[in-house]
Amino acid sequence: MKLPERLEPTIKEIKFILKRFKDSPLSIAGILIVLAFVVIAVFAPLLAPPQVYNPYLIPSDPELGYKIEPSPPSPKHPFGTTRLQLDVYYGCIWGTRWAFQIALEVIIIVVIIGVALGVISGYYGGIIDEIIMRFTDIILAFPGLILSMCLVAVLTRSGWLTIDAVLLSIIIIGWPGYTRLIRGEVLRVKTEDYIEAARASGASDLRIMFRHILPNTIYSLIIVASLDFGGIVLTAAALSFLGLGAPAGFADWGRLIYDSMQFVAGGLKWWWVYTYPGVFIVLFVLGWSLLGDALRDVLDPLYRRK
Amino acid sequence: MENLIAIENLKKYFPIYGGVLKRKVAEVKAVDDVHLNIMRGECFGVVGESGCGKTTLGKTIIRLLNPNAGHIFYRVPKEIVEAIKYLERNDPKSKALKYLLKEYDIAYLTGRRLKKFRRYMQIVFQDPSTSLDPRMLVKDIVAEPLVSQGLAKGANVGKRVVEVLELVGLSRSHLYRYPHEFSGGQRQRIAVARAIITNPEFIVLDEPTSSVDVSVRAQLLNLFKELQKKLGLTYMFISHDLSVVECISDRVAVMYLGKIVELAETYDLYKNPLHPYAKALFASIPVPDPTRRREKAPLYGEVPSPVNPPAGCRFHPRCALAMDICKRDEPPLVDVGGGHLVACYAVTEKE
Repeated sequence: MKLPERLEPTIKEIKFILKRFKDSPLSIAGILIVLAFVVIAVFAPLLAPPQVYNPYLIPSDPELGYKIEPSPPSPKHPFGTTRLQLDVYYGCIWGTRWAFQIALEVIIIVVIIGVALGVISGYYGGIIDEIIMRFTDIILAFPGLILSMCLVAVLTRSGWLTIDAVLLSIIIIGWPGYTRLIRGEVLRVKTEDYIEAARASGASDLRIMFRHILPNTIYSLIIVASLDFGGIVLTAAALSFLGLGAPAGFADWGRLIYDSMQFVAGGLKWWWVYTYPGVFIVLFVLGWSLLGDALRDVLDPLYRRK
Repeated sequence: MENLIAIENLKKYFPIYGGVLKRKVAEVKAVDDVHLNIMRGECFGVVGESGCGKTTLGKTIIRLLNPNAGHIFYRVPKEIVEAIKYLERNDPKSKALKYLLKEYDIAYLTGRRLKKFRRYMQIVFQDPSTSLDPRMLVKDIVAEPLVSQGLAKGANVGKRVVEVLELVGLSRSHLYRYPHEFSGGQRQRIAVARAIITNPEFIVLDEPTSSVDVSVRAQLLNLFKELQKKLGLTYMFISHDLSVVECISDRVAVMYLGKIVELAETYDLYKNPLHPYAKALFASIPVPDPTRRREKAPLYGEVPSPVNPPAGCRFHPRCALAMDICKRDEPPLVDVGGGHLVACYAVTEKE
C-alpha cells in the first residue's frame, strides 16, 4: 500500500516528461540519433571486430597493398579505405566510442569542478567569489580553441600523450563556463524565500546547499551539459583536424578528416574518405543539440506547466 | 499576563556599499531603537506602510537577520533583565554582563545554540509560492524543521507530519505532492504546518494573508485563531491591511520609518489613535457607509528616506502639529494611560 503512494510523484513526473517528448518530433529525432550512437558505441566490438591489441588503432588492409591512394567502398570495406588502406568504416565505428569517451570524461570532470566552485562562489560570496571569478576571467579572456591548441602543444612537448593533453586542454577551457553558470543559478536561488525559510527551520549551510540550492540549479546544468556534449567532440575533432589531436591511424573522426585533407583536391574522386566521418560528426553534434533542446523543454521551469 | 518576549533598543541597519572600493557609504536604518514587550498567548499586530521596517523587525526578532544593537529576551525572568540593564548602565565592560548576555540574550546567540533556539520561534512568509521549495514534496517541506534540528527520526517524522497537516486542515493524501499542485490558500497552510511542527511558542506571521483572495483570507485568519487556542501560540502579526490586523490582534503597534510611534490595545487604538500619523493611517480605512462623512486627516509629502531620517521626531516634516521640540528631540514612547503608548510631544506634552 505504501510503495505506490511514495512513487506517485515520480511516476507522474516520468509520464509528463514522456508526454512532452512525444509532442515534439525534433525531440524524438534527437533521442533516436543519440540512442543510435549509443548502440554503435556499445556494440563497436561486434560491428567492427578489433584486430590488434589497442582497438582504437584502425587496421589497414595488406591485400590492397600499401599504396597511398584510397580504395573505393567494397563489400569488405563498406565505407572504403583512406590513406594507407585504413578502413574508414572501422574508424567511424570506433570513433563513436572514442567520442563518447572524450565527451563523458570531460563533462564529468568539468561538471564536478563547476558545481563545487560555483556553489562555493555563489553561496559564500565575498573574497572567495572574487578570487574564483577572476580565475574564470583569465581563462575566458582567451579564445577557447587557440588556448587549447597552445596547451596541447606545450603539454605534448613536455612528454604528455596527445590524447591526455587534448582531454586536459578541453577541461581547462570548459570549467569556467560551468562555474559561472552554477554561480549565477546559486545567486538566483539564494535569495528565494524558501532558502530563508530553511534557515529559519535550523538547516545548516551544507543542508541548504545540497537539499535546496543544488536541486533547484541542477536542471539548467543538465540542459547545458547535454548541449555541450556535441561541442566537446567538435572541439576534439577540430584539434585533431589541426593535427594536434589523435595520432595517425587512430580511430578519431577529426583525425580521419585530417587524413583526407590531401584527397579533397581530387574533387569527388575520393568522396568516401571525408564524407563518412563528416556525416558522423554532424549527426552526433546535431543529435545532442536536439536532445539538449528537448531537455530544456521538459526541465526548464520557464517552459514547464505551472 | 506573562511576558514572553522583551525587546530593548533593537537596531537593524543595512549597509549600502558604494564607490570603486565597495566601502560602506551609508546605512538604511530599517529598525531603529525599538522597544516592545510581547505577552504570552497574545497576538501582537504590527502595521505600517511598505518599507517602514515591520518585516525587518519580525525577521530580526527570530534571528533571520542579525541585529546591529539591542537585546532580545525570550522567556527571561524580569530580575535578570533588570540586572542586565543595571550592569549596562553602571559597568558595561564587566564579565558578569558578558556572561548574562551570552546566556540569555537571543541577539547574541550563535551556532548550535541558535539552531536549538529555532524550534521555539518560527515564521510564516508572505507568499507561499516562493517560500516552499518547488522541488520538494510536501512531506519533506513540512518535515524539514524536525529533520534539520534532529528532533525526530524515522517513522516518527512521518507520523508528526500527518498530525500537523491535519491540524492545518490538510490530509495524509497531500503528502506526496509538489507545492505547485496546490492553491494559494492550501500552500499557505503547508507553510503554517511547517512552522508549527516543532511546537514553537512564538510565530511571526509576515503578511500571511496578503497573497490570497478575500474568502481564503478569512479561512486563514480563522485557522490562525484556532491554532492559537489549541496550541497556546503567541503571534506577531505583520500586515499593512488594517482591517485584518484589527480582526486578529490583541494589541497593535504602528511603525513609521523604523520606529514604533504608537502601541495600544486594538480596540483602543482603532477607536482613538493619538499619534498624528496613526490618525491619518486609521482615517484611511474605507467605511462601507455612504452617508457617513468623516473628518479627513490627509498627509502631504512622501515618507523620507530611511538612509537619512529627519532629526528629532521622524514624522515632523509631514506633521500638522509639529513644534520646535519635535525638530530637535526624538519623542519617547510614553504611556498615556491604560497601556496606550505614544511617541509624540504634541500628545504627551499637552497631557
